[in-house]
Amino acid sequence: MTECGTWEPKIVAFLCNWCSYAGADLAGISRIQYPPTIRIIRVPCSGRIDPLFILASLQKGADGVLVSGCHPGECHYLTGNYSARRKFALLKSLLEYVGLEEDRVQFSWVSASEGARFAKVVEKVTARIKALGPAKQLVKDVPGGSFDVAAHS
Amino acid sequence: MSRLTREIREAARTLLRDKQAQVVIGFEEGSLPLRSRPCFIRKAEDVDRLVWNSFSEINLARYLTKRKEKVALVTKGCDSRALVELIKENQVSRDQVIVIGVPCEGMIDRARVEAEVGHKTIVEVKETENRLALKGRAFEKVLDRREFLYERCKTCDHRNPVLYDMLVGQLLEEKGQDAFSDVEAFNALDREKRWAYLTEEAGKCIRCYACRNACPLCYCPECFVDTSQPQWVGKSTGLSDTLVFHLVRAFHLAGRCVACGACEQACPMGVDIRKLNRKLLKDVKALFNYEAGVSLEEANPLATFSADDPEQFMVNP
Repeated sequence: MTECGTWEPKIVAFLCNWCSYAGADLAGISRIQYPPTIRIIRVPCSGRIDPLFILASLQKGADGVLVSGCHPGECHYLTGNYSARRKFALLKSLLEYVGLEEDRVQFSWVSASEGARFAKVVEKVTARIKALGPAKQLVKDVPGGSFDVAAHS
Repeated sequence: MSRLTREIREAARTLLRDKQAQVVIGFEEGSLPLRSRPCFIRKAEDVDRLVWNSFSEINLARYLTKRKEKVALVTKGCDSRALVELIKENQVSRDQVIVIGVPCEGMIDRARVEAEVGHKTIVEVKETENRLALKGRAFEKVLDRREFLYERCKTCDHRNPVLYDMLVGQLLEEKGQDAFSDVEAFNALDREKRWAYLTEEAGKCIRCYACRNACPLCYCPECFVDTSQPQWVGKSTGLSDTLVFHLVRAFHLAGRCVACGACEQACPMGVDIRKLNRKLLKDVKALFNYEAGVSLEEANPLATFSADDPEQFMVNP
C-alpha cells in the first residue's frame, strides 16, 4: 500500500537492452505518462531470461512480472527472442497449469521506436495485475527485507 | 529362467569374451524380492548374474555419463530414449555404447503389489508370462502382472528401444500415441483446486533431490539448487521454495524428459512428480511437435525455433 492509502502493484519488468529498454527510455523522453508500477531490470536480451528470474521475483514479493524484448526478427543477437518465445510459451502454460494466477507473468514485444506502445503495455499489464490484487501465491516472506510485503501492506 | 534373461547373458558373454565391451551394465537380482538392481559386469564368467524381469525399472542410461570405457548397455524403450538425448547433448558418444535392446512389456509397481497383499512380507516371487506368483510366510497369491504396471508403462508408446545394436527377444507392437487424458483432466479442474493439489504434493517434498539424482538427463556439474552465489532457490522445505524447485526441475527437462519415471520411483515421499513433467511433455508435443529421445537428428525444441511459433499469449496493446 502506498502512503496515500491505495494499493499499487509492484511489477518487475525485465527489458532487453536493445529494444524494450530503449522503448521505455523513449517513452520517458517523450513525456508519455504510464503507471509508476514497474521496476525495470535491464537484461542483454529477452533470451537471457531464465524462468528462475521470474519465479524468484514472485517469491520475493513482486505482484507481477513483465518480460519484454525485440519483435521477432529484430533481435540484436538475431535469434535470442525466438528462443525466448519458445521458453515463454512453455512457462506461461506450466504456470497456468499449476494454478498460478495467469496474468501475474506477462510477455510482450516492444521496439526501440515504440515509446507509446511501451506505455500502453505497462498500462495494460498494470490493469490486469491490479484486478488480481496483491500476489500471495509464491510470496516468500523476507522480514525486514526490501520485499517485506507484510511491512508494506 | 526367462528367454530374455538367457539372451541377455549370451549377448553379454560374447561381448566381454571378444573384448568388444569392457563393461556390461544390466540388472541382477536385488537382495529383496520385487527388486532388481543395476550391476556392472566386467568378466565373462560373471554374466550369469544378469537377469531381466518386471522389476528392471531403473533407467540405466543414468550410468553412462562421464564413463571412459566402452560400455554395453541393457536398454529398454525409455533407457534408449534417454540415451538418444544424451548422445544429442554430447554427453555420451554413440561409438562408446553397444546397445543391447530389450523390448519391454512394462514394469511392475512394487508399491501396488505390496498393497494388494496387505503389506505382508513377500519372500519369493516367480514370474511366468503374465502371471506373478507371490509367496509369503503364511500366504500364496497369484496376480496378473498387467494389472500392476506403473502408470507410465500403461501409457508408454515406446516399448521397443528406439536404437539398438543387438536385439534380444522380439519387437512388440506399439500401443499408439499417448492421449495425455490425465493432463487434460487435471487442467479441467478449477484453478484453486490445481493449486491446492500441487501445493499439497510439494508440501510432502523433503528436498532430498533423489528425483534429480535418479534422472538420466540431470547431469549438470552444478545444479541450480546447489548454487550459493547467487542462491536462486532457497534451501527450505517451505512451500514457495519447494514449488519453485519442482517447477524449475520440470522446466529444465522440457523437451528432454523421456517419461521414464525415474524421478517418481526414486521419491521417498511419494510426491506426484510426473504431474509437471507430463504437462510439459504434452505442451512440447502440441506446440513444437517434438518427442524427446526418438530421433538422433531432430534438434531439441528449446535449442531451435520456427518463425511462426505460437505467441498468442503475448500482451498486445
